[in-house]
Amino acid sequence: MAVTGTETFEALTLGLGGEIFAIDANSVHEILDIVPQTEVPGAPPLVGHLINVRGKVVPLADLRIRFGMERTPPTIDTRVVVVEILLDDEPTVVGLLADKVHEVTSIAGASIEDTPDIGMRWNPDLIKGIGKRGDDFIVIPDIVRIFTTH
Amino acid sequence: MTGADPGQVFREEAAELLADLESALLHLEQNPTDREPLDTAFRALHTIKGSGSMFGFEAAASFTHHLESAFDRMRKGELAATTAMIGIALAAKDHIRILIDDPASADTAVGDGILARLADQSGSAAVSAPLHGERDDEESRATWRVRFRLAPDALERGTNPLLLLDELRGLGEAEIVALTDDVPPLEELDPTRCHIGWELILTTSHPRSTIEDVFIFVIDETELTIEPVSATSEPGVEQEPVPAEMPVPVPAMVAGPAAPKAEPVPEKGRAQPAANSIRVPAERLDDLMDQVGELVIAHARLKQLIADSVDLQIKSVTEEIERLSNGLRDITMGIRMVPVDSLFGRFRRLVRDLSQELGKDVLLTMSGEETELDKTMIERLNDPLVHIIRNSLDHGLEPAAERVAAGKAPQGRIHLSARHAGTRVLMTIRDDGRGLDRERIRAKAEEQELIPPGAKLSDAELFQLIFHPGFSTARALTSVSGRGIGMDVVKRTIDGLRGTIEVSSLPGGGTEITLGLPLTLAIIDGLLVRVGQGRYVIPLFAVEECVELPADVERRHANRNFLNIRGALVPFLRLRDSFAVRHPPDPYQKIVIISSGDKRVGLVVDQVLGDHQTVIKSMSKLHADVANFSGATILGDGSVALILDIAQIVAAGQTQELRREAC
Repeated sequence: MAVTGTETFEALTLGLGGEIFAIDANSVHEILDIVPQTEVPGAPPLVGHLINVRGKVVPLADLRIRFGMERTPPTIDTRVVVVEILLDDEPTVVGLLADKVHEVTSIAGASIEDTPDIGMRWNPDLIKGIGKRGDDFIVIPDIVRIFTTH
Repeated sequence: MTGADPGQVFREEAAELLADLESALLHLEQNPTDREPLDTAFRALHTIKGSGSMFGFEAAASFTHHLESAFDRMRKGELAATTAMIGIALAAKDHIRILIDDPASADTAVGDGILARLADQSGSAAVSAPLHGERDDEESRATWRVRFRLAPDALERGTNPLLLLDELRGLGEAEIVALTDDVPPLEELDPTRCHIGWELILTTSHPRSTIEDVFIFVIDETELTIEPVSATSEPGVEQEPVPAEMPVPVPAMVAGPAAPKAEPVPEKGRAQPAANSIRVPAERLDDLMDQVGELVIAHARLKQLIADSVDLQIKSVTEEIERLSNGLRDITMGIRMVPVDSLFGRFRRLVRDLSQELGKDVLLTMSGEETELDKTMIERLNDPLVHIIRNSLDHGLEPAAERVAAGKAPQGRIHLSARHAGTRVLMTIRDDGRGLDRERIRAKAEEQELIPPGAKLSDAELFQLIFHPGFSTARALTSVSGRGIGMDVVKRTIDGLRGTIEVSSLPGGGTEITLGLPLTLAIIDGLLVRVGQGRYVIPLFAVEECVELPADVERRHANRNFLNIRGALVPFLRLRDSFAVRHPPDPYQKIVIISSGDKRVGLVVDQVLGDHQTVIKSMSKLHADVANFSGATILGDGSVALILDIAQIVAAGQTQELRREAC
């Protein structure tokens, strides 16, 4: 699946596992410092922990698991980006772990190219497209897919 | 607050009126001569008609009008409340509901059909009209003194007394006098208030009920007296010419008009007892509940923060806050509690319709209808209960002939009951039908490979198999049930409510299904425990006791994890194994003995931390498939603790045991 064409969208860029990801800024509720996590025995590894976001119990997702990245321990820059996404038409709140949060920026539609099928070390189904900002490649993940496929 | 949409308000009130109408009709069917349900039904129809046309629901109002007239005739004794009439009225009630809720989808053919049947029945069911009821102007005219005083704010509310007077005038001859003794001097006069009362001498052939009906919308707040004055009619039954010269005895009170009313109707309205209640959108109650939950959590945090303090003042204020927040919690939960009757009542109609459809004579009885449950639970219990009752009616209860052959009364019985038991509500649905066929269930389970052939299962375990998806031992599909898609949905719904469901049955003796439900979905008392580095909450209602894990049992015996509790063998589960905890265990582990249904299981934990008032936060959709946990909560230090799902953990333990035994 790819986002092509002339759609420009506002994205929050964050660093994770050495890459830069872009998350639709409209879906972002808030950004938190790293908070205590509670392990959920028996949960899928992607959402193996829970955190408390101002009284609400929210799953914490580590996207590095889906992309086969090395899971380095948290640093002083680590943040949790709390987003609300539609899963099966139900709004669901989830926290995304980020090594570092960069900025909110426009990703120009023109620079979004179809994900090449070859040369990708990740499952192309999980990526909407790849954008570019200056010299950096920005990965636009398909968040809904990431959470709905196993 | 934004103004309520009047149409929506009407719809809500109409829904309640239609519900009242239905129960009145069902009651009337069983007691055709009972006055009260007849009046209730009439009032409901009258109000729906009146309000309906006021709020623009023309179709519903004009349809209802016909029903109202029929019921009016029934009240006057001109029409009998036969089963056929009740049937028509019930069908009409359904149609009225559609006309109100979704007028576009209403089928006029259906409506016309109902009205045709009604006209038919009204013609043939007419009781030979007692002459008392005839609107014969020469006979049965009576004179009444009608005196009324409206509520002081009636004018503000839109009541126009002149219209009432016009209506009264339309009933016959009236002389009207205004009672001005309460009108204050000009300086104190408030033109928006109704200071005037009225008295009329009304001569009419209409029955007293018609006079009362004029005030039907204002009866609650109006002072009204209607007294017969010396009558001008003879208690004539025959058409006797009245000789002019003969002094006609004027029986003072006897010659009232004819409406055969046995009991005197109280002046201040037979209307519903003045409801001192208000309507609140359910979402507001949810918001209130959320806030109370947050307060409970905040208090827990405060308590923890000052735990080490020696400041007596702070401690005493914190205790005060605890007392207040507990009180608030109890009151809020109380607001949401609704008697089960609102749920059980709906089933009267269901059983009636189904028993007719299936041709079985069934009596539905209930007990404990006043038992209260959280409102949201009541809503979610509707579908599962409908399904269970349908099953009973369809498969459980035998046709009359078969019952008689088995030595039972031909009429089948279904009994619904509800009662409090500790912090739970137990709801049972019992029928005296065939009971469950153990052999068929076992055969089907083996066929579907749910159990290994020849496995030893207790009745309770065997019956739990009927909750598997696709499981049905019905030999034939009926339109009502048999597809096997129902019971697993029932189980899932009950699980979703954190309830339990148990089945017991005797061959030929019927089946009893017991639902165990928590009193509320929001806050429970829990036992906080630690397993490894994680903390978990065990619902306190399930906890029987806590014991130490004896050192000798600690060294695991081959394949056996059993404990001897005062002579009984209780299996136990090590939660650290269930939760894959790598952290080394504490030296002195504890076992929390919990009970689920008739099973007892011990859960081995590292530490029991104490009881904790648990505000339940539901699990995210992303964790919906995680067994073992039914929710999460926020602890005093702000971290998250998971709440154990007792039924699931026990079941998981059972499967483990079964597997071990099978090896």
